[in-house]
Formats: sequence, structure tokens, C-alpha cells
Amino acid sequence: MLELVIVSTLNGVLFGMLLFLMASGLTLIFSMMGVLNFAHASFYMLGAFFGFQLSQWIGFWPGLVVAPVLVGGIGALVERYGLRAVHRHGHVAELLFTFGLAFVIEEVVQMVWGKLPVDYRVPPSLDFTAFTVFSTNYPAFKMFELLTAIAIFVVLLGVLTRTRIGLVIQAALSHPNMVGMLGHNVPRIFMLVFGLGTALAAVAGVIAGPALVTQSNMAGLLGPILFVVVVVGGLGSLQGAFIASLLIGLVQTFAVAINLSLADIFGPLGVTVRPGLLTDIWQVTVAQIAPIIPYLLLVMILILRPSGLLGTRET
Amino acid sequence: MSEVANETLRADAPVAAQGSVKRYGIWGATAVLFLALPHIFTSGTALTMMSVMGIMIVFALSYNMLLGQTGMLSFGHAVYYGLGGFLVVHAMNTVVQGRLPVPVALIPLVGGLAGLVFGFIFGSVSTRRGGTAFAMISLGLGELVASSALILRSFFGGEEGITTNRTKLLPLFGLNFGPQMQVYYLIAAWCLLSMIAMYAITRTPFGRMCNAVRDNPERAEFIGYSTQRVRFIAFCLSGVFAGIAGGLAAVNFEIVNSVSVAAGQSGIVLLMTYIGGVGNFAGPVLGAILITYLQVMLSDATEVWQLYFGLLFIGMIMFAPGGIAGLLMMHQPLWRARVLHRVIPPYLLALVPGLVTLAGVCLAIEMTFRLTVRASEGSAMFFLHVPLDARSPLPWLVAALLAGGGFWLFRRTWPIVANAWSAALAVARPVRPAT
Repeated sequence: MLELVIVSTLNGVLFGMLLFLMASGLTLIFSMMGVLNFAHASFYMLGAFFGFQLSQWIGFWPGLVVAPVLVGGIGALVERYGLRAVHRHGHVAELLFTFGLAFVIEEVVQMVWGKLPVDYRVPPSLDFTAFTVFSTNYPAFKMFELLTAIAIFVVLLGVLTRTRIGLVIQAALSHPNMVGMLGHNVPRIFMLVFGLGTALAAVAGVIAGPALVTQSNMAGLLGPILFVVVVVGGLGSLQGAFIASLLIGLVQTFAVAINLSLADIFGPLGVTVRPGLLTDIWQVTVAQIAPIIPYLLLVMILILRPSGLLGTRET
Repeated sequence: MSEVANETLRADAPVAAQGSVKRYGIWGATAVLFLALPHIFTSGTALTMMSVMGIMIVFALSYNMLLGQTGMLSFGHAVYYGLGGFLVVHAMNTVVQGRLPVPVALIPLVGGLAGLVFGFIFGSVSTRRGGTAFAMISLGLGELVASSALILRSFFGGEEGITTNRTKLLPLFGLNFGPQMQVYYLIAAWCLLSMIAMYAITRTPFGRMCNAVRDNPERAEFIGYSTQRVRFIAFCLSGVFAGIAGGLAAVNFEIVNSVSVAAGQSGIVLLMTYIGGVGNFAGPVLGAILITYLQVMLSDATEVWQLYFGLLFIGMIMFAPGGIAGLLMMHQPLWRARVLHRVIPPYLLALVPGLVTLAGVCLAIEMTFRLTVRASEGSAMFFLHVPLDARSPLPWLVAALLAGGGFWLFRRTWPIVANAWSAALAVARPVRPAT
């Protein structure tokens, strides 16, 4: 039991930190433009596939640096030539634009790499067991993922709060006109933040790719959970996104490990249910409903606290 | 969008006897068209496609009640379509088992009822807020239902889905709805009824309030309306028609599986509605017809057809946010002033390099696809019936030349089109009846 708790906690924190790598970029972009970037998970997927391709050509470590730079560049171009042009048609058009972009990126990835998973492997230098908890071998690569995510989180926090450019970005998020008056190029700051946000998503992709499955549906699988994170945390709140990321990471990892159903709990008490269309609800285990737990959480949060955990604004 | 609203309001002003003839005449003409279509396009493929088009028209129009009329962007509309379909399939199986005297023609009502109930449940959670928050919640609810569909196997039938047999139901006037032709007419009848009902809703005070909530929610609140309630009612009504569409799909295909509640279906209806045009009632109808046609035709011609869809969608958002209907409506003043012919030659002039650019881009996409995913089948391929080798540099050079050169020429035609347009509009404007 203790083993399960320790391993699940580690995995949960790891998944949560990966989610936060993406949610932070998404939240920054949202605070800045008031638009949720629907294609954010697609940039994560691009990061994973670029990382895979670069690891084949020049190795994993150069890929870890080059892939996010490339994806960030693509993100900046998308902001400059796509989103900025759509901006005059309003928020709905912007959201739809990123939706279309997600659609196109998925199709392009399918066109180039196919629908089947690619063979993106853990680099040999990290392919060993970091430590053993009771009988579970914990791979070093997962520790590396965790440390990278934490390091990026610390650097991001430092840059945003301690440096001049960070202060300008923060100011541009809340008072873009005033920052523009003071002589800063606000559109360029927006482009920079968009590029940075997508590059962070790409980092998550490069380091998560070998551990998870690198496949053309990975954006579709993760994207909705990412939106749950930012809505649960409160739209536009970075701290909220952090808490929600860890919460959802932990909840989902623990749920997968619990093999209990309503029948297991109430069965011994003598309660039985006749077979019918809804017997599944009776027999389904917590592990099986793990994929829908984030969405249940979302619905509950919306009923109890519509602005999210730490959110302040209404939309 | 407010411009569109003004446009319809202005068109409303001279409500006279001739207006009502025109209004009812359009529905009469649509009915005649629906009756005549299977006699014009007689092939089996055409009949199947037209049946699907009818279903998609209802679905897209129900979606536009949210997006176009009330300004709510939903990423989970397939939930009501799919659940409507599932309940209809289960209802049909129950009717068959219990030998109940229910004709198949009425069965889509079950779908509408299911759409209403689920719209009521999910709507009470999701319509509390509009804008981006609503969009995200609709996405979350959509994923919730789609994931549940794979878990609750006895209701949703897992990956295989649930099948039924429509001919086992009570025959009505000797029709057992076995042949596709009878099903087509059933769908056409429901489609027409739903279209009329949805159009009528846009004409009611409630329909106008939806537009007000879309254009200026703050002001609607100040007048004394609850925007939340307006959104909620619109959401429920839209669920009804989505459920009817799902029910029709269940009758048509005799199978419903978890794909019909999944994100892909929600995405397709969004694409249809937007490409058709959200600012006009006829827009989603055009979109549903075009996209269904393209789905069938393009998927035969190329394997990466969804990429072309996505690119078309992005192109529409960037350059024609009003959709196809918006583009057509732009030309209405010119048509009224009988100066439309003046802009057609410049259009044709721009069309030629535009098509050349398109051909270049498509060639590059098809060759990339051949070299990556289809690499095992060799690099020899056909593009527009021209044999070529995707590995040799020549076709790539041609593709680059077509795309680049075509786009350069295309850009040069833009000022010509713009000039012709403004010249024609200058003639058209004074002629436009002042209201």
C-alpha cells in the first residue's frame, strides 16, 4: 500500500508538472489575448514529433533544445500572420482559428508521420533505474522529466517576477495600452509570449514523448484535459493553473491504481442490481472511469465555484 | 454580426401581403425541390448522399441556433446528436421487442425528446456563463460523454455500437421504410419541418432576444432580460433539433456507435456551420450540403481530405468570416442594381491564378503524403491523371512554381477585383431603396 502511494504520488506530481508546463503557456496566452489557444496541445504534439525526428538525426539532447526553438518559431509566426489578422473579427473567430489550426496540425502530423505510434525511445544515457521503491523500479528518465519540469517552472517564475522583460510582460498582460504608451512594442511582446508559450508546450512534448506514446492523437487526448486544468484553476490565473495541474495529475494517477467498483463496496452488504442497460455503472471500477474524472471535477467546480479555484474574472 | 442583424431587421420592415407570399413561397419551393431531387439525381449514391445531407442540414441549423443566433460557441454539440441517436436506436429495439404500435416515421421525436432532456441537464450547468468559458465547458461535457460512451458498454455498445432494424417497426400506409427512397422522403419531411420550425423561432421575440444576447449581453441585462435564461432556452431548443438529427441518422444508418457523440462529430458540425456562414439562416444549409458532398467526393479522390477541410476552414476564418452565405449576401446590392455582371470578369481573372496556386499546393501535399505515409507503395503516383515520380525533383519544382508564381499573379489581380468591386458598389448604392 505504501509502495502504491509513493509511486502514484511521484507519477502524479510528474504528470501534474507536465500539465503545468503546458497550462502555464496557455494561461499566459489567455491573459494576454483573452483567447484560449485551442491548438496548444497540438504544439505539444509537434514538440514530441520534432523531438523524435531530431533524435533520429542529431540525437536526443540537441533535439531537446532545437525542437522547442523550432516550435516556438512556428508559434510566433502563427501569432504574427494568423491570429493577429483574425483579431479584428473578434474572440470567437480567434478561438475558431486556433481550433482549425489544431485540426490542420493533426492532419499534417498524420500526413508526415502516419497514424501509428513512432518509435521515440528514451536516450541510452538515461535508460537505467534511478531507485527502487520496495519492488518497483523507478526509471531515471521519469526523474529527469520531473527535474526538467521543475527547473523550467523555477526559471519561468524568476524571469516573470525578477527581470525587466518579465515585468514588461506582466504589465502588458494587464495594461497593454499603458505599456504601449511607454514605448514598448506590445504586439511584439504578444508574439514573444505566444512563441514562448508554444515552446514550453514543445518542451513538454519532447520530454513526455519517449515516456508516453508519440502518436498523432496525443494532442486530441491531452488537449481537453489541459482545458479542464485552466478552467478548474480559474481562467487566467497562473497559481490556479499550478494547483489544478497537480490536483488533476494526482487524482488521475491515483484513480488508475484503485480497482474498486460500487459492486465491491456494496456487494458485501447484500445489495444487488438486476442486469439491465445500466449495470455497467454498478460494475465499473474507479480505474476504468479514470479518464472521465477530470471532466467530473470540471462539472463539480462549475456548480460550486463557477470562476474556478483561484479565478477572478467571469469569462 | 450586428450588421447582419440590422440587415434582417431592415428586410423585415415592409411586411406586406407580398412579403408573406414570398416567405411561404420559399418553403413551398423547398418542398417541391425535396420531392423532385430523387427524380433528378437517380443514382443510389446520390440518394444516400442526399439522405445524409438532410440529416446534416438539421444538425447544422441546430448548431447555428447556438453559434449564429445566440453567439455561443460549442465544442460538444455532438453530445445531443449522438445521445438522440442512441435513445432512438434503443427505442426502436424496445418497440420491436414489445410489438408496440409505433410507426418509424414518429421515432425521431424520441431523439428530439432525448436532446431536450440532456440539453436541460447539461445546459443548466454550462449556460451559466457565455463566451470562452461556455466553449470550454461544452468541450469538457463533450469529452465526459464521449469517454463515458466507451465505459458504459451495455448502453453505448462499445466500439461496435448498437444496431437496429427499421423495417420491423409498424408499417405506415403500407410503407415499411425498407428502401432508401422511402427513408429519403422521411428525412426530407423531417428536415423541412425542422427547418420551418427553426426559422420560425428566429422570428419570435425570443429569437430576437437571442440576437441581443449575442450582440450585447450587458445591454440585454439592463433591459431586464436574464442572459443566462435566454442562453439556457436556446441551448435546450438546439438540443431538441440536434436530437432529431441524431434520430434521423439512427433510422437512416440503422446503427449508432460512440463516434457519433465524439469530438470529431462536434468538430464537423462546427466546420459545416462556419463554412456555410453563421450570419445567415441559409448559411448552415449551404455548409451542410457542401461539406457532405466534399466528404464523399474528396475522400474518394485523396486520403488527406481532412487536411484540405482544415485549410478551407482556416482560409474562411481569415478571409471570409461570413462564410459562403456571407460572400453571396455581399453581392445582393449588386444583383439588385443589375451591375453584378461588371464584377464577374475580374473574378474570372483572379480565379485562374488562384486555381493554379491551389494546384501547386495540392501537388506538394499529395507528394509529401506519397513519400512519407505511403512510402512502401513506391514514389510513382498520379496527380490529376498525370503520372509522375514524387522522388524526382521536377514535380517539386513544378509545384513550387505553380504555388509561388500562381500566388504572385493572384496577388496582382487583387487590386483589379477591388477596383471593379468598389466601382460596381458605387453604382449600386444610390439605387438601393432607402428605408
